[in-house]
Amino acid sequence: MKSLKKFALGMAVAGLAATAAAAETVKIAYIDPLSGPFAATGTNGLHQYQFAADTLVNERGGVLDGQMFEIVAFDNKISPKESLIQLQVAIDQGIRYVVQGNSSGVANALTDAIAKHNDRNPDDRVLFLNYSAVDPALTNDKCNFWHFRFDAHADMKMDALTDVIAENEDIKKIYVIGQDYSFGKAVASAAVRMLTAKRPDIEIVGNELHPIGNVQDFTPYARKVVSSGADAMITGNWGSDMLGHGKAVIENGFSGPIYTYYAAADGITAAFGETGVGSLKLVAEGGNNPPSKPEAQEYVRAFKEKHPDGNISQSRITNVVQMLAMAIDDAGTATDVVKVANALEGMEFADSLWSDNPMVMRPDDHQLIQEVHIYGHVPVEAPFDFDNSGYGLKYENSIVNAGADLPTTCEMERP
Amino acid sequence: MSLFIVNILDGLVTGLLLFMLCSGLTLIFSMMGVLNFAHASFYMLGAYFAYQISMFTGFWAGLIVAPIIVGVMGALIERYGLRRVHQYGHVPELIFTFGLALLIEEFVQFFWGRQQVPYNPPEALDFTAFAIAGNTFPAYKVFMIFMAIALFLVLLYILTRTRVGMTIQAALSYPETVQNLGHNVPMVFMGVFGVGTAMAGLAGVIAGPVMGTFPGMAFTLGAIVFVCIVVGGLGSLWGALVASLLIGWMQTFAASYNLRMEDLLIWLGFEKPMLMWESAWQDLWTLTLPQVGPILPYLFMVIVLVVRPQGLFGKRET
Repeated sequence: MKSLKKFALGMAVAGLAATAAAAETVKIAYIDPLSGPFAATGTNGLHQYQFAADTLVNERGGVLDGQMFEIVAFDNKISPKESLIQLQVAIDQGIRYVVQGNSSGVANALTDAIAKHNDRNPDDRVLFLNYSAVDPALTNDKCNFWHFRFDAHADMKMDALTDVIAENEDIKKIYVIGQDYSFGKAVASAAVRMLTAKRPDIEIVGNELHPIGNVQDFTPYARKVVSSGADAMITGNWGSDMLGHGKAVIENGFSGPIYTYYAAADGITAAFGETGVGSLKLVAEGGNNPPSKPEAQEYVRAFKEKHPDGNISQSRITNVVQMLAMAIDDAGTATDVVKVANALEGMEFADSLWSDNPMVMRPDDHQLIQEVHIYGHVPVEAPFDFDNSGYGLKYENSIVNAGADLPTTCEMERP
Repeated sequence: MSLFIVNILDGLVTGLLLFMLCSGLTLIFSMMGVLNFAHASFYMLGAYFAYQISMFTGFWAGLIVAPIIVGVMGALIERYGLRRVHQYGHVPELIFTFGLALLIEEFVQFFWGRQQVPYNPPEALDFTAFAIAGNTFPAYKVFMIFMAIALFLVLLYILTRTRVGMTIQAALSYPETVQNLGHNVPMVFMGVFGVGTAMAGLAGVIAGPVMGTFPGMAFTLGAIVFVCIVVGGLGSLWGALVASLLIGWMQTFAASYNLRMEDLLIWLGFEKPMLMWESAWQDLWTLTLPQVGPILPYLFMVIVLVVRPQGLFGKRET
């Protein structure tokens, strides 16, 4: 009994020591799917965060006086409800920084919850660093001081895409297709709105939505695209719908460009392989493959060595980690997130691995303004290919400061 | 008109593929009374095994070997799993096959991951067979049509012209009598289950490169095969064929023509609401045929059950 007491006391002391050590790290909560159908994407993202934190911050001596970044993973099963529970757990653990990206539905729930929490608990406020959720509303009507977006949002990408299409005189007819839910509808309406503004002569020969994740055979949909006489196709599809429809369209005789948001990595690049060359285009921020900077090439090589089956599919993750580290150093504190947010707001970031042009975190709406590229699906040498398939993405067009002229409706309240 | 012909051909491909699944399931269901929820999972296994084999030896070896492996697995599962559960009645059987379907899905995700695998048609068939007014028809789909028709003819021959087929047909209607005559009915059951799952596997091998090989492929086909056997009639090969083709064409044509509910309602004499987004009937007015397409087979099943409960070609009631 006595020894048990001693043991318990020892444990308590050890526990105290551990807490003291933990105070020396800056914890970042990664709230994304780590189980269920999107687990592959979520796990790959987690690896990218851990690798970025280790190589870009911790191995360079950390932030402030040597505090290390630690990525703490929380599985939200891509459900908004589960995300709020995980957010509370993270806050209870004293975590001040939340990163999330997969699904705008989750991001909308998190940004509301975080704004409310920060209002009510001024002593343990948290920042929300959104690296992938592209619903335009997050930096427009629903914007708040605590939310920062590092990806270009859906309308900015469509703006870049339609700029490129507008310059292509060969395109006279366009077919728009998407999944029957909010994002598919948003892409379709943005495409129609921007195309009619930039190229009124382009005819929208098809604009339809198909059931999401429930179409067994895309051949009939592909036939409609082909027989409409379209010169190009725009789609916001992702996952197996992207693959199924894209492949059916190409196999059934469509030879024009297919402009997409998400036709890469997570098995899609490998499955398209040779068939996608010349047809598949993708609009995104990020670097070329291989990237122009030698240190970025080194970074990709090292990542692929550690995670041979992984992809650097969300290159903006390094921007999140580096910009957060810079902001903490500028603010001189990792615990007062208002100071960190003020440092992040309006920050000019020139050290991105992937871009030679500086990026700006626009103060009006906390949206990162950066280069957006139209990529082509082409053969790419290892290790810069996706899915180890020998295929990947290379620049075809670049738009500097994409979407900077798109107005924001954000009316931000600052603390 | 040319698009109509293309749709007929596309529907034929979908329908014949469905037939390869349904023909096995209808025999299993009618003979053993087992509602095999895992049938589409064997279809998925066929595709994944063929993909794995094709990485080493090319497509054609997978076409032969994968269905055999799936068939042997099916036979073993019948012998050592289903037969033991069988004595406890239908509900445990149902739960067993349901569990099996979940297990196979997890198994597939464990070994091949959650992402789609790059399983592609063989290069020998990777060309355009013909084109109708700009709509190309891949040679691989012609191959699918011939494979399915060949399978149908072989099955028809075995079931109606051979001794084994006679025994199966007899066991379908009067299992006890057949057993009393000295036939090994459990053995026949195992054989039918094995052959049925092997055909599902073959369907997977052939469909994988076209429909995509991913862990959700069983789920997307799972429910529709039951529609097919109920509509066709239990134990009827002809019924399975006709029902599969009808469903194939129904789905293809529904997805192809953008008929709008709006036009139908106006034709029926209803007045279109001025402010659509304020109307309580907005969802009904904005419906299109492609959106309704996925539920048409189920609607068809309900109608068949009401009008002709034994199915189009069935001899006994479901």
